[in-house]
Amino acid sequence: MLPRLRLPLRRNRDIVCQQAVELVTDYLEGALSRADLRRFEAHLAGCPHCTEYLAQMRATIALTGDLTADDLTPQMQDEFIALYRQWSAGQDGT
Amino acid sequence: MDQETDAELLGRLQAGDERAFAILVRRHHAVMLRLAAGYVPSMAVAEEVVQDTWLGVLRGIGGFEGRSSVRTWVFRILVNRARTAGTRERRSVAIGDWVPAVDQSRFDATGHWTAPPERWVEEAENRVNAAKLTNRLRSAVGELPVRQREVVLLRDVEGLSSEEVCGVLEISEGNQRVLLHRARSRLRQVLETEFGRA
Repeated sequence: MLPRLRLPLRRNRDIVCQQAVELVTDYLEGALSRADLRRFEAHLAGCPHCTEYLAQMRATIALTGDLTADDLTPQMQDEFIALYRQWSAGQDGT
Repeated sequence: MDQETDAELLGRLQAGDERAFAILVRRHHAVMLRLAAGYVPSMAVAEEVVQDTWLGVLRGIGGFEGRSSVRTWVFRILVNRARTAGTRERRSVAIGDWVPAVDQSRFDATGHWTAPPERWVEEAENRVNAAKLTNRLRSAVGELPVRQREVVLLRDVEGLSSEEVCGVLEISEGNQRVLLHRARSRLRQVLETEFGRA
């Protein structure tokens, strides 16, 4: 289920920018083959725009990670405790 | 006290400790609610699904053998219940058509940037009104297709490993990466727009 690129990757060819942006996630996930990893890193070394793009993806991931969980309201917390007690009582009864 | 691992808390819960239950619920509630909301028509139903999930956890607690992590187990129960309760799921299981990470108009015919990304990373990190950015990002996550949202919530918001995400959603590593890629690419676009340089 790999994304179909408009410009398909060919062996022994350099990666262009439009391909590089589609490989960023596989790169960050450590899922690129050794050959593709070499070509991806070679592209980045010569392309400040794609280097910036990678930095933006990392920043996006970091900012998404900062989305804090909304706390439970005390009322909802009470509901869950009630749920537990109800279940617990049922357990004792059997 | 909140530093206990999920596994420790589950052990206490198995021994009948009500407080352990309260801590587990508090720890995982928000992401569970958001996950459930992707499948069902209203937050009220999502809350019911979450409650129903915890009831399922309590009922199944004797049978939990620790083969997966506690949250993988709990989230999988949640996703199964949400899918059963939901009506939206049937339409959105498919991975969907390929959408480019960056609009094709920003490259020339040979695939090189014509409208390269402008720099905003430092600005994003030092941003004074971070709350506004966070709100924009939060609503952008909410607007993602449900499968992408699931993956990004579990991976990037909740911090599960890719292996755990595949376990919860019962998808392959490859599909997980495709969904993650689309979601992150979309969120980057949203941030770029937010900095006024799309």
